[in-house]
Amino acid sequence: MMEKLSPTARRDLFGSKINRDHWAVLVYGVPWLSIILASMVPMLPVIAPAPVVPPLAFMFLLAWRLLRPGVLPLWAGFPLGLCDDLLSGQPLGSSILLFSLTLIALDLFELRFPWRGFWQDWIVAAVLITLFLLLSAVFSAAKLDLLHFWLLAPQLLLSVVLFPIIVGAVAMLDRLRLLRVKRIN
Amino acid sequence: MAPPAAQRSGINRRAQFGVFAGYLLASIGAAIGALLLIVSLVRPEAFAGLRTMASDVSASVGDAGAASRVGTSNFFDAIAGYYEAGSKNARMKEEIAIARVKLAEARAVEQENEELKAVLGLSQDERKPVAIARLIGSTSVSARRFAYLSAGRNDGVKVGMPVTSPMGLVGRVLEVGRTSSRVLLLTDSESIVPVRRATDNVVAFAEGRADGSLRLRLISLGINPLKIGDVFVTSGSGGMFRPGIAVAMVTELNDDGGIARLLSNPAATDVVLVEPVWQPEAVAMLRRPPAGPTDEGIKEVAEALPERRASPPPPLPQPEASAGAAAADE
Repeated sequence: MMEKLSPTARRDLFGSKINRDHWAVLVYGVPWLSIILASMVPMLPVIAPAPVVPPLAFMFLLAWRLLRPGVLPLWAGFPLGLCDDLLSGQPLGSSILLFSLTLIALDLFELRFPWRGFWQDWIVAAVLITLFLLLSAVFSAAKLDLLHFWLLAPQLLLSVVLFPIIVGAVAMLDRLRLLRVKRIN
Repeated sequence: MAPPAAQRSGINRRAQFGVFAGYLLASIGAAIGALLLIVSLVRPEAFAGLRTMASDVSASVGDAGAASRVGTSNFFDAIAGYYEAGSKNARMKEEIAIARVKLAEARAVEQENEELKAVLGLSQDERKPVAIARLIGSTSVSARRFAYLSAGRNDGVKVGMPVTSPMGLVGRVLEVGRTSSRVLLLTDSESIVPVRRATDNVVAFAEGRADGSLRLRLISLGINPLKIGDVFVTSGSGGMFRPGIAVAMVTELNDDGGIARLLSNPAATDVVLVEPVWQPEAVAMLRRPPAGPTDEGIKEVAEALPERRASPPPPLPQPEASAGAAAADE
């Protein structure tokens, strides 16, 4: 009877609405876990001759923050940055600093522009990724010359182009996050 | 998307306090990050324990992937091979003809080498590798060039040991964990290896460049004697790498040396060998800060002075004598 009136009355995208609820482990765990997994990229079997792989952990952080403003607390930059620093080859502290500053900057940006669209988000992400890569190179304790910054260009371009795809992946993870799997007794 | 209403505090005191606490915590996090960054820039080895613990945990995941890497690269090579089969065949025939001649020459040189060594009474020292391991992954995001190795302290790997592949030198061990370790690749900008030309004794330093090539800096200035195609091997100075490991081939010339391509591309190497440090005493001595006169040195100088032989060595020798003692000690 109800189904005939409204197909979404009992079920929606996230599963049955009856006797089921969101599971806290998924709701809070998925964003953190996806960013931590993304910071394990150095363990991928790629021995790169130059910096080529996009900073996936940072991009996942940006995507979660832009897509779901409330889901990561403002202090998340410290633990997530620490995870990233342990494997990325950067001196410890570089990602902690940059992740924390990014989260603060995005919060202030959101106060100024509460309503945004796809293009604004992409531009913001592109600017932040550029800053992240440049500052990471400066912090990396490598002997920097002009060649280094030329080499950043392909990495930067790839990262900026990849960002909407990461946002897509995060949107899919978000759907997983909000699945109603907990049974209410 | 607009932020959820809960984030905006309005006039609610408690919400205002929550927002303030959030900013405070985030700023503290950033400040700690900056502090840690300064510490690790001043002392790069500071957080090695934390890092190796993390790599130990994640190495088991990486190791499984590393086995598949070489397989897939072969697969693509096989497809690419069909496109240039004809020209490659002709070129290889020519190369084989040249290689046969070179092989004969090399045999002659080897024989001569053995004879000369027999004359000098040198024994051929066969060094067994400490461990055989895989390169798991590398820091492909960062500007630094580190790789992770699937062997650690449990396998006998120690800091400073050279990592080689059958094609040549790959790098040296920088930090050691229990089951994994971190390797400084030759292409890192902090890596410097003393090398010499394989054919003669033109010595140079091979420094890593950002783009995966090496920069050769000749030690003796003058007319640049390098030619494109020269192969450089480790010279053994510094005592870390044994002499004669292939390092790089010159591809470009410039004023004070050249740009060289790495012979043992770490991306194409599957299994690597961890070798013992060639001359551990020499490396230890170079690391040690210049010390004052040692007891043996004082004794040696005292014995060298004929008129003082009977008397006990003086407690504090003259500065000139101490310098001489240190020199004699080394």
